[in-house]
Amino acid sequence: MTTYGLTDEHTMIADTVRSFVENEIYPHEDLVERTGEVPPDLAQQIKQKTIDLGFYACNFPESAGGAGLNHVEFSLVERELGRGSMALTHFFGRPQNILMACEGEQIERYRDPAIRGERMDALAMTEPGAGSDVRGMKCTAVRDGGDWVLNGTKHFISGADHADFLIVFVATGEDDTPRGPKKRITTFLVDRGHPGFTIRDGYKSVSHRGYKNMILDFDDCRLPDGAVLGEVDGGFAVMNEWLYATRITVAAMSVGRARRVFDYALDYAAEREQFGQKIGKFQGVSFQLADMITEIDAADLLTLACADRLDKGLPANREIASAKLFASECLARVTDAAIQIHGGMGLMDDYPLERFWRDARVERIWDGTSEIQRHIISRELLRALGA
Amino acid sequence: MKVLVPVKRVIDYNVKVRVKADGSGVDLANVKMSMNPFDEIAVEEAIRLKEAGKADEVVAVSIGVKQSQETLRTALAMGADRAILVVAADDVHNDIEPLAVAKILKGVIDEEQPGLVLAGKQAIDNDMNATGQMLAALTGWSQGTFASELDVDGDTATVTREVDGGLQTIKIKMPAIVTVDLRLNEPRYASLPNIMKAKKKPLDEKTPADYGVDVANRLEIVGTSEPEARAAGIVVGSVDELVEKLKEAGAV
Repeated sequence: MTTYGLTDEHTMIADTVRSFVENEIYPHEDLVERTGEVPPDLAQQIKQKTIDLGFYACNFPESAGGAGLNHVEFSLVERELGRGSMALTHFFGRPQNILMACEGEQIERYRDPAIRGERMDALAMTEPGAGSDVRGMKCTAVRDGGDWVLNGTKHFISGADHADFLIVFVATGEDDTPRGPKKRITTFLVDRGHPGFTIRDGYKSVSHRGYKNMILDFDDCRLPDGAVLGEVDGGFAVMNEWLYATRITVAAMSVGRARRVFDYALDYAAEREQFGQKIGKFQGVSFQLADMITEIDAADLLTLACADRLDKGLPANREIASAKLFASECLARVTDAAIQIHGGMGLMDDYPLERFWRDARVERIWDGTSEIQRHIISRELLRALGA
Repeated sequence: MKVLVPVKRVIDYNVKVRVKADGSGVDLANVKMSMNPFDEIAVEEAIRLKEAGKADEVVAVSIGVKQSQETLRTALAMGADRAILVVAADDVHNDIEPLAVAKILKGVIDEEQPGLVLAGKQAIDNDMNATGQMLAALTGWSQGTFASELDVDGDTATVTREVDGGLQTIKIKMPAIVTVDLRLNEPRYASLPNIMKAKKKPLDEKTPADYGVDVANRLEIVGTSEPEARAAGIVVGSVDELVEKLKEAGAV
């Protein structure tokens, strides 16, 4: 079966990751759901197998020791990983691309060990008082002698429980602009265990059990100039250059998961009998399936199309926002419909449907809520017309 | 030593097979196809022989429709060095029979002069389990079928065979045809660097005419039907009840 625009090589990448997820991730999902933890030896096993397969840090350029996948190829990897538990696929490591901004000693200390799978990273931006409004951040770094002193709290920090170091965005000043005061932001690299820096458990979330959100506390945490990633006050530049494309990841993962959920719904509709016939014979069910697969295909192609724009060097901000919005909302509708087709059994934890439904909820919130994506889309269209 | 591995493109083992309405076969239109799982084991074994320094080249060959190219690319991505595609059919529903396949493979062997042929014991689509044996007859080479262990040592190979009720170990002379069983090894995933390299590896295209083989089918498929559906089970409350039910069913 071929998909529009994809080569045999693309299909082989996707098939390989899909088999990996089916054989190395699915069998351990129940354990993670039950305990909310990933056993360290299992994490290490997934990581080692990923390294052996040459897929670890496949999003990094070959010159840095990665596999040099382009955006389309990487989206296919993310799409297939999206089928599996995020707590587990986390160890199919894809370090933050932002580490490509490392310079000098940072390369040997952070970037390269992250690419080799020796050190894990996590990104910290969100704060209790600064969610969608990044500029509202209260975490600060101030000059003291030749050092920086960090104070404040970050929350919802995914991956921080396993991270050896964090990439942290903090405010380093404020400018007055005609539209009010505007924070200057700087990016820092900070090691786990650094004095004045602690990582603690966050909240219990309904989505993605075992993929923990952590809280970071900075209490007079002293960092040298060498810990600054990019330029001082250049946090937004670093963000715009490197975090621009990460929303595609949410879109791609939503598509992969939606396909997995769809297969459950399709099989159930073809097997379950009520009123003397397979429930798939009722249009109330079959038309739902028709709508589900149509939406999934559309989300898949929309996501790959924006990845292709990035590969071609075309502007894609609006398109990525559309893909993230549509794919995550498609996943919500698909998981909801899949439960409806399963009836009461869909809500029981004997089936993974209730988990897919819970996991789907966060996709419309993180990496920019649906509302932020709609804002980006409409602003880009209207601004061009002077509105 | 060169190892030749024939691979077949078959319906993916995960796909629920549907019989065509006219009973002439199963529906293969728009269905996921993959490498025959036993052939994957054969490719894996060949690559392991190469890694162990006992083989210096692994050549994969597929006979069938043009799309078998994808199957060969998978073999190349796993680690085979080059591939030969013999385009013998236009229609995916036209399954080339074992004797024709064996004759073409004989032609490939004459050209390539491998020291060993590693093949799946059978393809999971038609379960013929005949090609390896026919090829051994055509070449006059030794054969070791249903291998669950293989040890190649110079001019001989020791093959542990899965036979009814146990294992049989035989020593055969090389060159040889070895067909592999499920427990021989666990095939690897294609690694990302190998997937990227696979495209650049040579893939030659041939036709049956190049080997002077007529691939017209000699067998007639009279009918194909779904297996009988299994009756639903019941849950029993105790061992006593279980024994009683088994007695009723005449099973004990």
